[in-house]
Amino acid sequence: MADAHSANGTKRIWNVFIILSLLTIVEVVLGIYKPDFLFKTKFLYMNLLNWIFIILTIWKAYYIMWAFMHLEGEKAGLRWSIVGTLIFLITYLVFILLIEGDYIHNVYRDDQLLWIF
Amino acid sequence: MGAIANETHWGGGDGVQPLGASYGKMMMWFFILSDALTFAGFIAAYGFTRYKFIGSWPIADEVFNHFPFLHGVDAPMYYVALMTFILIFSSVTMVFAVDAGHKMQQTKVAFYMLLTIIGGLIFVGSQAWEWKNFIKGTYGALETRGGSIIQFVDTSGERVALGDFAVTLPRERVDKGRNEGIWFTNTPDVPSYSLQEVVQGFEKNPNLLIRTEEVVDQKKVVLTREESLARIKDATTVVEGANLIHNEYGHKSFGDFFFFITGFHGFHVMTGIILNILVFFNVLLGTYQKRGSYEMVEKVGLYWHFVDLVWVFVFTFFYLV
Repeated sequence: MADAHSANGTKRIWNVFIILSLLTIVEVVLGIYKPDFLFKTKFLYMNLLNWIFIILTIWKAYYIMWAFMHLEGEKAGLRWSIVGTLIFLITYLVFILLIEGDYIHNVYRDDQLLWIF
Repeated sequence: MGAIANETHWGGGDGVQPLGASYGKMMMWFFILSDALTFAGFIAAYGFTRYKFIGSWPIADEVFNHFPFLHGVDAPMYYVALMTFILIFSSVTMVFAVDAGHKMQQTKVAFYMLLTIIGGLIFVGSQAWEWKNFIKGTYGALETRGGSIIQFVDTSGERVALGDFAVTLPRERVDKGRNEGIWFTNTPDVPSYSLQEVVQGFEKNPNLLIRTEEVVDQKKVVLTREESLARIKDATTVVEGANLIHNEYGHKSFGDFFFFITGFHGFHVMTGIILNILVFFNVLLGTYQKRGSYEMVEKVGLYWHFVDLVWVFVFTFFYLV
């Protein structure tokens, strides 16, 4: 039974490696060629190409954390204490920066500045 | 399986495992959590600064286009993609080492850890090579009074290096070293071409146009010959390569952030390699075999995967997006 488990473990590692490599190849090819129908179309203030990059990267992060860092074998409590904290804090930070950054961008673009802030 | 307790080595609490993890493993996870937030802060700051100056930020494809042994070939992204593969592969060998550790196979663990260390060293070496190319620069540029960067293209749109058109004028200024200077200090670096040499070379050659930093329709704006001749009067210094103050690729913060974030990441890779070497020697010595647990390999593996994870994000936000 130990053998079956370990053979499974090795197989899983190779499978995840192949998935990660494929995701990276897709990202790199898209990054080099930047097809216009993705690069020039916008969705929620960002072009589709960037959306694809970010989604693929998060997907890679999921595989690295679950399979390589063995989070899939840990208790749910430990998983949530790490992933939940990261998602909450990073989302919060990005949310604030996007809103405030948008405000500052509009000020620089449209208004007259009385002082450089 | 937790660490083993004895009189000299605290095992982490004798089998107490809140959240199902031993003390050492949980602490490594929480350290990774805090370090991940640090990098998230850096990348968020990078995003904020880049989008504040998005109208003039350099285009990554045009900056990172070197490949070893392919001199002069425009190879955008290929080398950095190779670096990503190398790091992912070293992560894979690390997982194999941990896997072999679970089965207490000492030689296998040592072999896979050695591969991981080699992969890490290749990555750090590659990063250093990228830095060298970035610092040395490719085409050269001029900086204006307001701090904008002016680059040069010919009428067909191909980039032109300063050396291709700068004239040679008699020089008064000499680059003095420490033993020739006045008080054992170096002079600041003198660029290869003086401003006058570049400006005169530009004015002599009617096929040259100025390429500004401004991005319109996802391409850099190229001025007409008349506009270029007017614009070059604003130039104040020659910029070659990159340092923390300015760079020939565009906005000053571009070089700054590149060095800072990839430097921090490279530093983490280096400490990861050192920790891996220490654990590798311990594996060879049989420390973990005697201890009955290869959990140390697992813990150092977590750190190595974290380093890989950060690189995946840095790669996306610096080179792709």
